Amino acid sequence: MASTERLLLSGNEAVALAALHAGVKLGTGYPGTPSTEILEAFDLIGGPAQWAPNEKVALEVALGASFAGARSLTTMKHVGVNVAADPLFTAAYIDMTGGLVLVSADDPGMASSQNEQDNRHYARAAIVPMLEPADAQEAYDFTLAAFELSERWKVPVILRMTTRICHAKTEVRPGPERPSSIQPGYERDIPGRVMIPAYARPAHHKVRAKMEEIAQWNEQSDLNRIYPGDRSLGIIASGVAVMHAREAAPEATMLALGLTWPLPMQRIKEFVASVDRCVIIEEGDHLLYEALKVEGLDVEGKPEMYRFSELNVPRVRRILSGDTTPEAKPPRGKPPELCKGCSHREVFEALSRMDCIVAGDIGCYTLGVLPPFEAMDTCVCMGAAIGVGLGLRHTLPDDQARRVVSVIGDSTFVHSGLTGIAEMVYNPPPTGHVVLIVDNSTTAMTGRQEHPGTGRSLNHEPANKMDFAAVCRAMGVKNVEVVDPQKPDEDFEGRLRAMMEKDELSVMIAERPCILAAPLIRKFEKAQEEKQAQCAAAMTD
Amino acid sequence: MAVTNIVLAGLGGQGVVKASDLLSTTAFNAGFEVKKSEVHGMSQRGGSVTSDVRFGEKVLSPMVPMGEADFLLVFESSQVDINRGWLKPGGVLIAPEAIPEGALRNRKSLNVAILGALSVMLDFDEDQWIRSIHTCLAEKLHTVNEQAFALGREVGQKMGRAKETEGV
Ligand SMILES: Cc1ncc(C[n+]2csc(CCOP(=O)(O)OP(=O)(O)O)c2C)c(N)n1
Ligand code: SF4
Repeated sequence: MASTERLLLSGNEAVALAALHAGVKLGTGYPGTPSTEILEAFDLIGGPAQWAPNEKVALEVALGASFAGARSLTTMKHVGVNVAADPLFTAAYIDMTGGLVLVSADDPGMASSQNEQDNRHYARAAIVPMLEPADAQEAYDFTLAAFELSERWKVPVILRMTTRICHAKTEVRPGPERPSSIQPGYERDIPGRVMIPAYARPAHHKVRAKMEEIAQWNEQSDLNRIYPGDRSLGIIASGVAVMHAREAAPEATMLALGLTWPLPMQRIKEFVASVDRCVIIEEGDHLLYEALKVEGLDVEGKPEMYRFSELNVPRVRRILSGDTTPEAKPPRGKPPELCKGCSHREVFEALSRMDCIVAGDIGCYTLGVLPPFEAMDTCVCMGAAIGVGLGLRHTLPDDQARRVVSVIGDSTFVHSGLTGIAEMVYNPPPTGHVVLIVDNSTTAMTGRQEHPGTGRSLNHEPANKMDFAAVCRAMGVKNVEVVDPQKPDEDFEGRLRAMMEKDELSVMIAERPCILAAPLIRKFEKAQEEKQAQCAAAMTD
Repeated sequence: MAVTNIVLAGLGGQGVVKASDLLSTTAFNAGFEVKKSEVHGMSQRGGSVTSDVRFGEKVLSPMVPMGEADFLLVFESSQVDINRGWLKPGGVLIAPEAIPEGALRNRKSLNVAILGALSVMLDFDEDQWIRSIHTCLAEKLHTVNEQAFALGREVGQKMGRAKETEGV
């Protein structure tokens, strides 16, 4: 039952509030636009939230919490689910104990991403139910529903959001708290949780059966809604497309799907039969359309051109009228650039002068690809700098191989650079290799989050700090140097040139805080010093 | 009541999102349904940023359709032309030049001054705006932004009078 309290919340804030009301015992994830604010908001309102080094670890930690009987929430951007896919696909076979909800925040249109993959595919591929809210109210309601579904059928549940749900603020009327009736505590369940083939074979059948049951339940579920209207046009939609379509065709009858996998096929069939013309309005791939076509339903999809980028009201109007004439280009704004005073500037100026072949990675420093630097040659996914750099070194002629350097950020290094270093040490190229860690003491790209290398946890309280130089040495890298690229007397460029000339394995750590993070870091450090002084004073009193 | 559509545009670091928070909070507290959305994610300063605010009795899509904005607020001259397409015919543009150079104690409160100019053309009480300034901004910023808002209101009133004499 909704309360009279009215809040204006982003979808991300709504998920955080719902997680609090669901009694989530552990929120874990890795930053990534547009998901990042969920855990930050959860922390601000008093929820237990922490950053994991990457999405795979986050999901594994959440799984452990579920096995312990606790509700857990794990958040990530769409490509983060790729990293977490290995545990996800097998988690589906396992009986969850405490509810587990994975938020996948997709970025159609790629406002801040390297691809626009449609994570609705994951529900089908991993055999996991998926909920898709259409606004912040539904983000709140569906998060609570997701935990209940997860516990009722003992399955992980994906809550799939997109930029226009995550970052759009809409009205939310929160309801009462709905915590779990399960108490944390350990109960052994070897065949249920140890996925050796003997136990996994029956588990596969079991999860398929669970999905059948959920599909049956979904036929009556109020997570899907009908907006009545004229029978001459029926629309089936999900996510924010529901809102665009209702605005574009207010006269139409609509079936808005909330629990979008497994589909309520009977209900869909009845809907399709009840209208003269039925159009599927879906952002991204033609997934729903294809699923309904397989069932032999007489539905229309969208022309291929609308697979790309976000939908909006004008584009939905065009789909409904079958308009495939070229669209006006959206206004091209000024692209982002490295801030004035950013230490990545000195690094890329040097790389540009040195004519390096730069195997790059993802973060603010990816802007080193743009003029005036144009000093990046590849960027694939987080952590790829090291592997790609090694592949280039192994196979290029020596004179070119010696120009290859891998450039990776500090948060990215923790996320997925360590295995790259293991590869480098294990399979060194004949010309050696140089990895440059651009350590600005924060995850700048996504809005300055902490990570294991900053020495502070999500809420900026002190934490154990990972020492990159010591780790690289311990892993067997011969030359490890730490330098401040903004201090001329430390001679960043000269030392990097010297490293590039050796046919050895080297890591250079260019250490200088991001200028937007530096004042915050000083504030956190000062607060900590004051706390320590107070403690010391209390002890001597 | 029809939906009022407002697009705010500027560069990263100019407070585009802050201004749209202030505007949407004001409309929300006045009892309207409000939706606001923007695309953000990049930390770096200097890239283009736009934010859409829509309010009315019932609002559906969170995005203002191209060519349907009643108001376009621009915080940086270079962003005027590329964003003009958002405006509907007869829609109102408030460009940064509307706020005279040097009139603000701190040019950082340009965003709030432009909201002040807008406020004259919307039906919310001045108090409601001031309350939003108090809830959305840190306390040490209240005075300077209240002054910027008042200055913006004067500008807005002049714009309104200019319109009347034009006979629009
Ligand atoms: C698998 C995956 N997770 C998250 C992201 C989002 N993301 C892109 S770069 C990045 C980290 C940036 O931090 P860092 O490497 O320290 O570089 P900086 O931005 O500070 O220069 C994140 C979280 C992503 N692109 N892919
Ligand atoms: S946010 Fe920080 S790391 Fe990113 S460009 Fe600005 S100064 Fe550099």
